[in-house]
Amino acid sequence: MRGAARALARFADSDFVYSFSRSPIAILSLLVVAVCILAAALAPLIAPHDPFNLASLNLMDSFRPPLLAADGEWTYPLGTDDQGRDVLSGIMFGMRISLLVGVASIVFASVVGVAIGLVAGYAGGTVDAVLMRVADIQLTFPAILIALLVDGVVRAALPKDMHEALGIYVIILAIGIARWPQFARTVRGSTLVERNRDYVMAARVIGLSRARIMATHILPNVLGPVLVIATLTLGLAILDEATLSFLGVGLPVTQPSLGTLIRIGNDFLFSGEWWVTIFPGVALVLMVLSINLLGDWLRDALNPRLR
Amino acid sequence: MALLDVEELKVEFPTRRGVLRAIDGVSFGIEPGEVLGVVGESGAGKSLTGAAIIGLLEPPGRIAGGRVLLDGKRIDNLPPARMREIRGRQIGAIFQDPLTTLDPVYPVGRQLTETMQTHLKLSDADARRRAVAWLERVGIPAGAQRVNAYPHEFSGGMRQRVVIALALCAEPRLVIADEPTTALDVSIQAQIIELLKSLTRDHGTSVMLVTHDMGVIAETADRVAVMYAGRIAEIGPVRAVVKQPAHPYTEGLMGSIPWIERKVERLRQIDGAMPRLNAIPPGCAFNPRCPHVFDRCRVERPDLLDAGATRAACWLHDA
Amino acid sequence: MAAFILSRILQAIPVLLVVGFIAFALFAFVGDPVVTMLGQDYTEAQRQALIHSLGLDQPFFVQYAHFMWAALHGDFGISYRLARPVAGLIAERLPATLELAFTASVLALLVGLPMGVYTGIYRNAASSRLFLVFSLIGVSLPTFLIGILLILVFSVMLHWLPSFGRGDVVHLGWWSTGFLTISGLKALVLPAITLGLFQMTLIMRLVRSEMLEVLRTDYIKFARARGLSDRAINFGHALRNTLVPVITIVGLQFGLVVAFSIVTETVFQWPGVGLLLIQSIAVADIPVMSAYLLLVAVVFVVINLVVDLLYYAVDPRLRIERRAAAGAR
Repeated sequence: MRGAARALARFADSDFVYSFSRSPIAILSLLVVAVCILAAALAPLIAPHDPFNLASLNLMDSFRPPLLAADGEWTYPLGTDDQGRDVLSGIMFGMRISLLVGVASIVFASVVGVAIGLVAGYAGGTVDAVLMRVADIQLTFPAILIALLVDGVVRAALPKDMHEALGIYVIILAIGIARWPQFARTVRGSTLVERNRDYVMAARVIGLSRARIMATHILPNVLGPVLVIATLTLGLAILDEATLSFLGVGLPVTQPSLGTLIRIGNDFLFSGEWWVTIFPGVALVLMVLSINLLGDWLRDALNPRLR
Repeated sequence: MALLDVEELKVEFPTRRGVLRAIDGVSFGIEPGEVLGVVGESGAGKSLTGAAIIGLLEPPGRIAGGRVLLDGKRIDNLPPARMREIRGRQIGAIFQDPLTTLDPVYPVGRQLTETMQTHLKLSDADARRRAVAWLERVGIPAGAQRVNAYPHEFSGGMRQRVVIALALCAEPRLVIADEPTTALDVSIQAQIIELLKSLTRDHGTSVMLVTHDMGVIAETADRVAVMYAGRIAEIGPVRAVVKQPAHPYTEGLMGSIPWIERKVERLRQIDGAMPRLNAIPPGCAFNPRCPHVFDRCRVERPDLLDAGATRAACWLHDA
Repeated sequence: MAAFILSRILQAIPVLLVVGFIAFALFAFVGDPVVTMLGQDYTEAQRQALIHSLGLDQPFFVQYAHFMWAALHGDFGISYRLARPVAGLIAERLPATLELAFTASVLALLVGLPMGVYTGIYRNAASSRLFLVFSLIGVSLPTFLIGILLILVFSVMLHWLPSFGRGDVVHLGWWSTGFLTISGLKALVLPAITLGLFQMTLIMRLVRSEMLEVLRTDYIKFARARGLSDRAINFGHALRNTLVPVITIVGLQFGLVVAFSIVTETVFQWPGVGLLLIQSIAVADIPVMSAYLLLVAVVFVVINLVVDLLYYAVDPRLRIERRAAAGAR
């Protein structure tokens, strides 16, 4: 207990926390991210309307303007879309899906990438050469293109109704596959360094198995950079998903993410109902911007040399 | 009048836990043609003193007090453009690691002509001729061909010769050489020191030679300043400091050098380590490690006092 | 020099073969082209005839060889969706994409590079911080949203610029260009900004961090100690030393331009290959997809070659190693 308290006190006094408390941008970003996560997690409980409950929708309520406009009303603070769905509630549920897909695909990418990076860095030789060559080739192809092709292939291979049901898993897989090489490259680099450290040599001398050395000795030492990359690529993954959904090849319309909302709203841009597309767009940008700012700050805080 | 005068120089680094004073009231002078050695352990403030003189302290480091005078005129408060005219032209610099000191993407000749043409009015042809001459003067054979070579085509020792040529090519009156041999092979160190010595003697250039190698100082310097924890512990003619050190710290330093002519049973070492900047003890900074410590040392800080042929910051010499 | 280029081209061949294999595997395993092409009513004889004429009854590797051989001659098969040769479809739309990508890249470089240098040198200036915030917003703004916002402001609200299409084009042989007409140039503005903005912010951030890295080096400190002017230090030495990494990234970023041109073309209904790809993916038009994949691979190989050649010009260390290696042989 005392130990934990002391560890906490030491953490609170560390340069890490100090530089966080001195960075208004980092604090603000964390706040925005926290609000986004809360809004997404609690959407079914706190959203003012249920956009999926068809019974509650009334076409009479379609295209209600937001509060910002002269004739807005509090019932629909951000207005309604063509079906009479509340834009604010749509955003909350959309964020839920955007965050879910983003986090899940980065978890997938980092697990795959860390595993491949560890193996490549530790095994060396041909294994390393082949794995890194694959990563290099894939890195030169933009992630969005890879994800697009993976999605396209799965779409062609699966019957349409199955694709509807599996859509969210397909998109997580597609973005995860597109984003693993960066994790693999970084982890491989750190592994190469750690592998030649004395303590790893010692572990080898006393006969620990390779898997054990990798898991208990090398892995903890490469997690710092992985965390930074995960944060920075989370923003990218969320944008990947939004872009795919915007292109109409991402999630089915029954599970609208922020990207889907923007695509749907885009059709009404010319007729003047700007709020249907702009508000989900603003929400998306605020969320991704905050995540990127946090990632940027994290990178600088964990790597003082860059300051 | 001295060529360079440093008066009560103070250098500070603001940090989150308060201001660290890395140099705390350092004063010394360098005469024309003189070689002043500056010795001390790493962190004693030797290199920082050099950087402060040429106005190249790394932020957030800053000069917090004192003055630096060249020919009796202050240079520590000059606007950047004026200071630039002094660097290279009046005060040259030699850095520690020749492998990283030269710009990798330009031939060495181009770096020489660039430096000379910045400070001296020279035609391209003249500058080029001089560049070749400088390369030969610092002992690089076939200068006319090597002038077009890139830094990575030279060995470490040869690169340090190029660095010396770069430091001297605009004919400065003072050169600050910051550990010029530390990164080199032992076999090459003596050659480089010899080169530096002979070139500066020929041109009448003063040298501030920063090193932690007392042996190099003993062979090269006219006078020596011993630094400890951001202050000068002892300063005086090199013979006197070496033969009769007046400060216990200098004594310790000398005791740790192997001398051929002296018959000692074993080399001594100074117990303990130099304090960190944020934990400098009150009184004399050396008191926790000093074999002759007494009460006054723990409360009152000594300034430089006359101690025979040298001056030492030690209460033992308070007559 | 010639040997260097040749060895690079030889190295590219396996990459193209692998990508070609993936493209072919798409072709061979995904979906059933026969059913797709025959439609609802067909006889078994018709089916067999089509299978034979498409070469689908031959061994796998023979089919692969045929596929690559045909691709080498510019034959990528027939689009399921449009029932026209894919090569023709792509050739028709390629100029639109290349002109857009080129304009966007030039724009990104012309603005991004100076901004990166500026924020690297004056890293604590208020204007630098402003640029940085701007750049972070830039990387956080999805391309399609930039397009939508630009359309909203400049087309819907101000009516200054068109929101879709390419305007009038002039045909120069098989190449169609929008550079030569007023309406073509006007149509290019919004898509080029949309596509270039992301690149611009990336280039700026990259140049900045490289500049910061180089400005910390000993040789820059030594250049200061030599009394060189700020101009000579910042541009002659610092910027010059950042060129190698900058060229790499900018080169590789061109791949991103191609990828995001898909998005930009969708937003602006720009008649390029990206729009073609999206329309094809939606209906699983495999021949177009595999041809696109091969096209991107070729673009990637060419860019890599150009990047390598630029290295060679920029970094003396590479030149010497080559000379030394050649001498040793």
